[in-house]
Amino acid sequence: MPLLTVSRLKKSFATPDGSNHTVVNVDQFSVDERQQLALEGESGSGKTTFLNLIAGILKPDAGQIVIAGKEMSALKEAGRDRLRATTIGYIFQTFNLLQGYTCLENVLLGMSFGAGADRAFAEELLKRVGLGNRLSHRPRQLSTGQQQRVAVARALANKPKLVLADEPTGNLDHKNACESLALIRETCRESGAALLLVSHDREVLAQFENVKRFADISRVAHEEALV
Amino acid sequence: MTIGRIVFKSLRQHALSTTVTALSIALAGGLLMSVWAVKEQSQATFTGVNEGFDAVLGARGSKLQLVLNAVFHLESSPGNLSFSDFQDIQKNPNVELAVPIAVGDNYHGYRLVGTTLEFFDRTEYAPGKRFAISKGSRYFDPTLREAVVGSFVARKLGLKPGDTFHPFHGLIFDEKNQHSETYVVVGILEPSNTPADRVIWIPLAGIQMMTGHDPKAATDVSAVLVKLKSSSAIAGFQMDMMYNKQGNRLTFAWPIGRVMAELFDKIGWFDRVLALVAYLVAIVATASILAGIYNSMNERRREIAILRALGARRVTIFTSILLEAASISALGMGIAFLVYGVIVATVASVMRAQTGVVIDPFRFNAVMLWAPAALIALGGLAGIVPAFKAYRTDVAENLAPLS
Repeated sequence: MPLLTVSRLKKSFATPDGSNHTVVNVDQFSVDERQQLALEGESGSGKTTFLNLIAGILKPDAGQIVIAGKEMSALKEAGRDRLRATTIGYIFQTFNLLQGYTCLENVLLGMSFGAGADRAFAEELLKRVGLGNRLSHRPRQLSTGQQQRVAVARALANKPKLVLADEPTGNLDHKNACESLALIRETCRESGAALLLVSHDREVLAQFENVKRFADISRVAHEEALV
Repeated sequence: MTIGRIVFKSLRQHALSTTVTALSIALAGGLLMSVWAVKEQSQATFTGVNEGFDAVLGARGSKLQLVLNAVFHLESSPGNLSFSDFQDIQKNPNVELAVPIAVGDNYHGYRLVGTTLEFFDRTEYAPGKRFAISKGSRYFDPTLREAVVGSFVARKLGLKPGDTFHPFHGLIFDEKNQHSETYVVVGILEPSNTPADRVIWIPLAGIQMMTGHDPKAATDVSAVLVKLKSSSAIAGFQMDMMYNKQGNRLTFAWPIGRVMAELFDKIGWFDRVLALVAYLVAIVATASILAGIYNSMNERRREIAILRALGARRVTIFTSILLEAASISALGMGIAFLVYGVIVATVASVMRAQTGVVIDPFRFNAVMLWAPAALIALGGLAGIVPAFKAYRTDVAENLAPLS
């Protein structure tokens, strides 16, 4: 059963010359519950915008996004914020941890906009990603690999149904990238969350059973790929 | 937890600007509260102090000068009046008590005031409060060269019963002008928190007969402190007419409180200037909150975008910035009470040394409620502009990897 359904989704941005540039034009796309799917696409093909639309950070110009039975695209901004906080975990390429907060506080903050802060569960998550002894460390006191693990723990903090990962290994070396990817997949599997990961890294994509080319689902990316 | 935590973290992350801005608020708030409290307390105290008398009779001149000289022991005497003038007012049916005083000498800058024992025996310097003498001492014998020392003078000069001193001529201390008479301290007054604390009291004849004083004026007095009978409003009015309107030799300063209130009316502009300075400092301090937070918005945009991506609503971000601005003000107002305490304690100490009048730095004043409330609200208002900027932060744009 699909957890995420996207249909006739369009998003364009105004360009400096006054014209509109369409970035995303997806006719149909879906992700099943607990499914782990990778989207392959080149930089600038609109993958991040696509994830931001699914997460409700951006509002589409047209089309429909339904997550866990709720139509994200029909909600007002506050509703989208709420749905994002309770249903979606987001892992960024640059981790996007809050530098003034400890590892534990970063995870707790992620919880506080969703299900509510649960210190014991936050500690458990950080232990699960191997940072049980780094709870009070600040991001800058951690290696990049460790920072990514905090980001993984934060993404799972609200027990999301869907985890979005945008080039999550893009800032990591090969060893850390492999470990991080394995961790993301394992923790999503353990928590029962579906995973939608976008990447242009073939080594990363090779780890997934289900890989789709973004160019195959987005007409814009397809047209640009042809050019 | 969330908003409070975000605000706290942000304050800590921007500790330097938080501290500097909070200190400027503290200065503004402290100044504002001090100006208000000192103004109200000093006005209430000065207009309330009368040593238990209703009026002062003195030589023709300024009522204010007369009151300042006879009651507050400040300023020079406007001149003398004859002993018969004193006897006349003493016999006036409207007068319950008339006490003569004579001034003109000092001891190390503290005035010697000659008077009669009635000053201590028959007056209440405040309702229900009479002058008291400390243990082991007594009031002076009007026929001897004896002195009763006010508590403040005794502490400052270290005088105690049994000590002797030579008075100095004039109201300003000049060691060349020493009188030959020797006075013995026989009593120390208990503190009364009135101008009497900073005076050395001697018998009336002591000043009148001091060597070097004009023998022709040996029976003159500097002023007469007057307590009217119960119907004092009518009595005071009648005597005001008699001395000030119909006569032209003497001045009848009545009521003492109103004379002092006129002084405060005259110097009211000074309070307003001080208050204006405090308001301006408050506005500048508030503007610094606005500038401080607004200037940090660029570096905060990514943080705000992350919070939004985690599910924080725009209104949560807006509120957190407002609360941050208000918190800086609140922090500043916390410190402002310290600034207030230092300023008012200093003013109180100077006022006591100069006038004998005591104000209480810790006495509650409504300004202690409305000034913090106003400045915290003003701080919150200053947060509106940066909060609106935060509110409009583009999440997707600011989440993008930094190049």
